[in-house]
Amino acid sequence: MRKMRDLFTSLGATGALLALTLAPPSTAATDAPRMRMAPYTASLKDIPSLQHGAKLFVNYCLSCHSARFMRYNRMAEDLHIPPDLVERDMMFAGDKIGDPMETSMPAEAAEQWFGVAPPDLSLIGRLRSPEWLYNYFLTFYLDENSPSGWNNVVFENVAMPHAMQELQGLQRAIFKTETGPDGARREVLDRFEITSPGKMSVEEYRQAARDLTNFLVYLGEPAKLVRTEYGIWVMVFLIAFGFFAYLLKKEYWRDVQ
Amino acid sequence: MSLMNWIDQRFPATRVFKEHFSEYYAPKNFNFWYFFGSLALLMLVLQIVTGVLLAMNYKPDADSAFASVEYIMRDVWGGWFVRYMHSTGASFFFIVIYLHMFRGLLYGSYRNPRELIWIFGMVIYIAMMATAFFGYLLPWGQMSYWGAQVIVNLFDTIPWIGPPLAEWLRGDYVISDITLNRFYALHYLVPFLLAALVFLHIVALHKVGSNNPDGVEIKRGPRGNRWSAQAPADGVPFHPYYTVKDIWGMAVFLALFFAVVFFMPEMGGYFLEQPNFEPANPLKTPEHIAPVWYFTPYYAILRAVPSFAGTQVWGVLAMFAALVVFFFLPWLDRSPVSSMRYKGWLSRLAIGVFAISFLVLGYLGTRPPTPQLTLLAQIFTVLYFAYFLLMPWYSRIEKTKPVPERLTR
Repeated sequence: MRKMRDLFTSLGATGALLALTLAPPSTAATDAPRMRMAPYTASLKDIPSLQHGAKLFVNYCLSCHSARFMRYNRMAEDLHIPPDLVERDMMFAGDKIGDPMETSMPAEAAEQWFGVAPPDLSLIGRLRSPEWLYNYFLTFYLDENSPSGWNNVVFENVAMPHAMQELQGLQRAIFKTETGPDGARREVLDRFEITSPGKMSVEEYRQAARDLTNFLVYLGEPAKLVRTEYGIWVMVFLIAFGFFAYLLKKEYWRDVQ
Repeated sequence: MSLMNWIDQRFPATRVFKEHFSEYYAPKNFNFWYFFGSLALLMLVLQIVTGVLLAMNYKPDADSAFASVEYIMRDVWGGWFVRYMHSTGASFFFIVIYLHMFRGLLYGSYRNPRELIWIFGMVIYIAMMATAFFGYLLPWGQMSYWGAQVIVNLFDTIPWIGPPLAEWLRGDYVISDITLNRFYALHYLVPFLLAALVFLHIVALHKVGSNNPDGVEIKRGPRGNRWSAQAPADGVPFHPYYTVKDIWGMAVFLALFFAVVFFMPEMGGYFLEQPNFEPANPLKTPEHIAPVWYFTPYYAILRAVPSFAGTQVWGVLAMFAALVVFFFLPWLDRSPVSSMRYKGWLSRLAIGVFAISFLVLGYLGTRPPTPQLTLLAQIFTVLYFAYFLLMPWYSRIEKTKPVPERLTR
C-alpha cells in the first residue's frame, strides 16, 4: 500500500516535470498573424523531393544567400546526386566539390542593394519552422509601397523580392478587416489574385515550395537523415540490456527480505 | 592475488573497495527515488567525457565559435551525436538533480546527522548552475548572447559595487569575445570542482550512512546480518545489491535519454532553443529572452518582484534568496520524524504546494510577462518561500504518525 503510494508520488512528480518540458515554449508572437498558416510537416524520406529542393535552392537562393556550413560533396552524397552532375550544374565556376556553398554576391554590395545583407541559410530550417518556410514561399505579393515592389504575408515588409516569381507568377493580396478575440480590428489575408501566371501551375508551385522546405530542413541538420535510424538500434540495445539487467537485479534481490 | 597484495601494501585499494562498496551497508528499502544519486554521477561523467570531446573541435572565439559548433554538427565524425549528448545531458542532469533533491525533501535526508551532505549537495547544485550558465554562452547564438547579457546585468542592479562588478565579470562593457574566452575557461574548470564536491558529498554520506524512505536510522537498530555480525540488520552491502539495481535503473534512464538524443534533441525548443540557431548579434535584441528551462523558476521569481525605492535589486535578492534558503532546511525542519511517511498532513500539503509552485514558476519563467502571469508568479513566489519559512511552525505543531523500530519495506 505504502509502496503504491510512493510510486504514485514518484509518477506524479515525473509526469509534472515531463508535462513542463513538453508544452511548447513561447515564441513571443506579439503582433497577431495576418493569416492562418497552411500546416506543413517536412519529410526527409522523399529523396527526389530533396533533390528537387536542392536544385531550386541552387538556382534561386544561392545567387544571393550562402549556405556556408554545407559542403557540395556532402549534399551530393546525402541526396544521392552524382558528384559530376553537382560540379557541372550546381556549382559556380572555380569552386571545388569539397567547398562550402558560398554565394558569389559580395555582402557589402548586397547590403546596399537590399538594406540588409541576405542571411546565410545553413540553419534557416532550424530557426524557422517548416510551416513558416512553406507559407513564406507561397505568400509573396505585389506591393507598390515596398522598395522592392514585393511584400510577404508571413514576413511583413521583407527586404527580399520574390526570387521564384518566374515560377509562381505575380499575385496580389486581398486583405479584409477582422475583429480579433481581443476586440481589436486588424487586416487579415482574404485571398490571392494571380495577375500573371508563372511557369508552374498552382499545384506544381506548391510542390516546389514543399521540396524547397524539405531541402532547407535537411540543410539545417544533415544528421537528421540518419539519426533516427541509429536511434532505433540504440533503443533495441537498451531495451534488451535493460531486460537482462532487470533479471540480474531480481536474481540478486530474491533472498533479501 | 599477489598483485593485489603488492598494490594493497602501497595503496588501500581493497580497503577502500570494502568500505565504500562491498561492506558499505545501505538500507534495504530504497525505492524509485534512490536511483537519482547514481544517475547524477552518470550524468556528470557523461558531461565531462562529451565535453572534452567537444572541446577538441570547439573554438572559443566570437568570430568562429558559432561556425565551430556547426563544424562539429556536420564535418566532425559523430560530432552531432556527441553534441546532442552534451546538450541533452545538461537538461537531463538538471532533471535528475531536481528529482534527487526532491527525494531529500520527501524523506528528510537533510536532517541531523546529514546536514553537511545536504550543504555539499547545495554547493554542487549551485556549481552546476554556474557551469550550465557558462556553457550556454559557448554556441554563441542569439539566445546564448542575450541570455548571458541579461544574467550578468543582474549584478548591475546591486547598489555601488554593481556596475564595476558586472564589468569585471564580463571583462568588457557588453558580452564580447573576452567574455566568451573566460566563460569557456570557467566552463572547463567548474566541472572538476564539481567532481571534487561530489567526492566530499559521498565521503560525508558514507560517514553517517544513507537515509531511507522510512527515515529510520539503521545504525541505531539491531545488528548482525548474513554478511557481518556487526553490520546493521536492515542493511545490505552496496555491492552487489545496489550496483546491480542501479545498472537496471541506468538502462531505463539511458533509454529515455537516448530517445531524446536521437528523436527529439531540441525537445520542442526547451533543450535547444530555436533563436540560438542564429549567430549572436549584439545589435539585434530578440523580442523575448528566456533562460533555459532549468533556470526558469528562479527567473520567474526575479521578474515577480517589483522594483521599488528606485532599484530593481529586490528581484535579484529574491532570486538568490530562493537558492540560499535551501541551505537552512536542516534547521527549519522541527518535526520529530524524518520521513514524509510519518509526517502529518500539513507537511504533506506544504511539500505538494512547494512542488507545484516550483513547476508553475518554471513554466511562467518561459513566458513573456503579462500582468496576469506576473500576478500568478507573485502568488507562487510567496508559496515557494512559505514552504521554507513556515516549516519551523507547521513541522512542529502537526500530529505525526508513530515511527517503526525497523525498516518496513
